[in-house]
Amino acid sequence: MATTVVMEALSPTMEEGRLVKWSKAVGEAVKTGETLAEVETDKAVMELVARADGQLLKQIVAEGATVPVGEAVAVIGAPGESVATPAATAPAKTQPAQQPSAVSPQPSTPVAPADATQVVRASPLARRLAKERGVDLKLVQGSGPGGRVVMRDLEGAGGAAVGLPVPVPRSAVPEPVGGVAYRDVPLTQIRKTIAKRLGTSLGPIPHFFLTTEVDMERAADARAALNQQLGDQGQNQAKISINDILLKATALALTKHGACNAWWQDDHIRYWNEVHVGMAVAIEDGLITPVIRNTDRKSLLEIGTEARELAGRARERRLRPEEYTGSTFSVSNLGMFDIDQFTAVINPPEAAILAVGAMSAKPVAMDGAVVVRRRLRMTLSCDHRVIDGATGAAFLRTVKQMLENPLAMLL
Amino acid sequence: MPTITYRDALNQALREEMQRDPNVFLMGEEVGLYQGAYKVSRGLLEEFGAKRVVDTPIAELGFAGIGVGAAMGGLRPVVEFMTWNFAVLALDQIVNSAAKMLYMSGGQIPVPIVFRGPNGAALQLSSQHSQAWESWLSHIPGLKVVAPATPYDAKGLLKAAIRDNNPVVVLEGEMLYNNKGEVPEGEIVVPIGQADVKREGRHVTLICHSKTVAIALKAADQLASQDIAAEVLDLRTLRPLDDAAILRSVTKTNRAVVVEEGWPQCGIGAQVVDLIQREAFDQLDAPVLRVTQADVPMPYNKQLERLAKPSPDKVVAAARRVLYLD
Repeated sequence: MATTVVMEALSPTMEEGRLVKWSKAVGEAVKTGETLAEVETDKAVMELVARADGQLLKQIVAEGATVPVGEAVAVIGAPGESVATPAATAPAKTQPAQQPSAVSPQPSTPVAPADATQVVRASPLARRLAKERGVDLKLVQGSGPGGRVVMRDLEGAGGAAVGLPVPVPRSAVPEPVGGVAYRDVPLTQIRKTIAKRLGTSLGPIPHFFLTTEVDMERAADARAALNQQLGDQGQNQAKISINDILLKATALALTKHGACNAWWQDDHIRYWNEVHVGMAVAIEDGLITPVIRNTDRKSLLEIGTEARELAGRARERRLRPEEYTGSTFSVSNLGMFDIDQFTAVINPPEAAILAVGAMSAKPVAMDGAVVVRRRLRMTLSCDHRVIDGATGAAFLRTVKQMLENPLAMLL
Repeated sequence: MPTITYRDALNQALREEMQRDPNVFLMGEEVGLYQGAYKVSRGLLEEFGAKRVVDTPIAELGFAGIGVGAAMGGLRPVVEFMTWNFAVLALDQIVNSAAKMLYMSGGQIPVPIVFRGPNGAALQLSSQHSQAWESWLSHIPGLKVVAPATPYDAKGLLKAAIRDNNPVVVLEGEMLYNNKGEVPEGEIVVPIGQADVKREGRHVTLICHSKTVAIALKAADQLASQDIAAEVLDLRTLRPLDDAAILRSVTKTNRAVVVEEGWPQCGIGAQVVDLIQREAFDQLDAPVLRVTQADVPMPYNKQLERLAKPSPDKVVAAARRVLYLD
């Protein structure tokens, strides 16, 4: 029997996907798990994989077309089988069995650590719809009581919208008058997601900011020495960056200051025993925060290799959802833009984010004399619901001490 | 189409059925000379005579029993209670005789009788005379229970009740008798066991009957101004419930609020909620909520009475909650 392939929700917030490129031609044999097409989601370019064995009988949409989640894009069946073309608008609910949880194309990949302990609250209807549409409820933000996922939270995720009223009515946007004094640019998927995510941050979260200046002489010397060592070992491609040292110092400081390694969960605070540091990466048209898992337990070299690899794929928009979710703390570094210091917006539900400026040589007073030292300013943004001033300050002091005396990281 | 009152719609139903079938007769307090406490039997004594429009003493158990005996003997009595509050005295005949006879006689003795009268609160009649009995009555196997909200349904359901071969309880309303509505001339029979969508909507189903239909419709108007399309489902018959209509509507809207005049404990709404959670669990986006009379004897004080009764505002509040808007 022919199987209809539908656009799957390949990221937690994906509502539609652009079919970038077909990987299989009509008539080609396909096996379950093989890539059928590349799809650009709001976050990345992902692979849409086959959920059935057979032959690709039909490509319903052309390359470049944007398709809502749940709509049919192709048909797989036995060679020669006649294709009853499903209506292009056929909602996902007509073929529930073919698409089990489709958020991760590789089921063997470990999921975000949040999933392990999370009990999903969802209305019976939301559960049924999520199953039919291949949406992982763990990745959906519930808007009902106690975070219950309800129907409206799944609107756009593959089903026909029924036009449910939203809690706060949106006011109508006035029409532009002449249209020449400015340029209206439609929001891209990622810009919409950024707006939605960060809009829930600085407004509702009571931020406060702590800034300190760190003497980086020893860290910079250590970095030079380590890179020299790596060069001597023939590992010329592997390089340790200041940012890698910052990530390591931050992760180790988090193990000592659990209060800053936490999530605000509305009715409780989740203190993480694991340290997963997210690192903000600027990409064309936005930013994304890939996660270095168990950062505290990785060597500088491992951190450096992983950070570069993740950042590279982030810029190509080829991160998988589990690679940019589940961080317990984030670091944002604008040093390469010559920014001295700045404040970063907390990435909810995390309780804090560290904003790092550029390292630069400057005159400082030291032991009664003015000397030139390499210095760096960092600012910790804290959610005051989770972290108090002294708690945040103590954490920041530990980070500073580790950087000023990198050998402390060996302790 | 003529517009007539609920009272006159009942009167038409009685007159037409008494003209159609000489075995139909009316019995109760003040139904003859006084033409009914609420004038439902106006003109009937004159037209059909004292043999078929029988004034009784103030003795509910007695005349209910006479009615049951007459029905067992082959007649089709319509027994009017001045209110269902008084019919409590006659429950033994209704529950133990009328409802059981067909079963206990092994199907030999049907009891084709109608018990009818106003049910629920009117205005400031205090605790003993403001009660809604539908959950008591629809608890009993062997009885059918209808509760029309409009003149059309009142006429159609009373005619269906008189023609039914089982005992049928018809719950009217003192506050409904003056309500007007369109009723076509001539024969209309509303089948027992069919609910009716009084207003279409897709966001939430307001399930109601009798007087609460008007409350639900007002609530639906208020909700419409908030861009919420409420569906108003009038149960019309409480036993047997129209399960299919309830499930159809909830499947469409995924949320429901049940509105009734009775108390919350073991109410009609409890029965409806049981059906929905059992048969439409996967359709539900929110727990079903109920709007009922407050769980107290009806207060006499006007303001307290108003607060104790279901109201459009309470229905709107419940609807917004099942939509997760509040």
